[in-house]
Amino acid sequence: MTIADWISEPVNWVFSAIGLAVLFSGFRVVTSKNVVHAALYLVGALGGIAALFLVLSAEFVAWSLVLVYIGAVIVLFLFGIMITRAPTGLDVGLDSEHKAVPAVLAVLVFALMSWASIDAFGTGLITSTGTPTSTELIGESLLGRFVIPFEVVSFVLLGALIGGITLARRDLTPVEEEERAAV
Amino acid sequence: MILAQFLVLAAALFAFGVYGLLVRRNLVLILLSVELMLAAVNINLVAFESYLVTSQAIGQVFAIFVITVAAAEVGIGLAIVLMIFRNRRSANVDDLSLMRW
Repeated sequence: MTIADWISEPVNWVFSAIGLAVLFSGFRVVTSKNVVHAALYLVGALGGIAALFLVLSAEFVAWSLVLVYIGAVIVLFLFGIMITRAPTGLDVGLDSEHKAVPAVLAVLVFALMSWASIDAFGTGLITSTGTPTSTELIGESLLGRFVIPFEVVSFVLLGALIGGITLARRDLTPVEEEERAAV
Repeated sequence: MILAQFLVLAAALFAFGVYGLLVRRNLVLILLSVELMLAAVNINLVAFESYLVTSQAIGQVFAIFVITVAAAEVGIGLAIVLMIFRNRRSANVDDLSLMRW
């Protein structure tokens, strides 16, 4: 497959547009000087990723991503930012001063992973797009072959719920406990 | 579409996550970087599912597992950040040097 062939496919234009938006948002998540902006750029990145899943005809995963991440996780993050009173304006102390080594490491990680992917798969084509993966198939798979991992994940969620409550609740002071008992 | 274009995009997002994890000093922002890395893994899983087309949609099922575990991780992570903030009045990792040798 030549580059001209690649460009002539309209689906690749869609991929390029979404991909550039995702990359820009992802870059701003880790470089933004404003905490709230970083969280909102993560919304952009995840929305773009959900759109890429739609391009790959994985509809159920795309909408789960929108529901769970953009609906719930980002709200949690914004709550966390507000409660910890992280500086919501411009702040220079948000990043470490030593940026060169992490940048080199990130470039190395990217280079190694891209080289490995291109070396292993080259121009392997994705041909299955166009027909969405049926939710019925995913449901049968979740409650059939993968029922044990499914149950384990439910216990992880239950443990996270109880753990979150236990960690975040404030113990009453002795005075408050006496007041509580007196009522 | 070729498979490698999705893998390279995911690698770039993962590299951004690595950079953010190492550079950021605020605990909430570190968690944001971790979320970026987990999302990059999801792209790989779904792209491989479209490439290999398994009869049981295994790639997408595992993407759903990753999404679930990431949600649990954020819940616990933010609860821990909250508790650290309550005890130390700071969410900056440079201030958390109690256990540093």
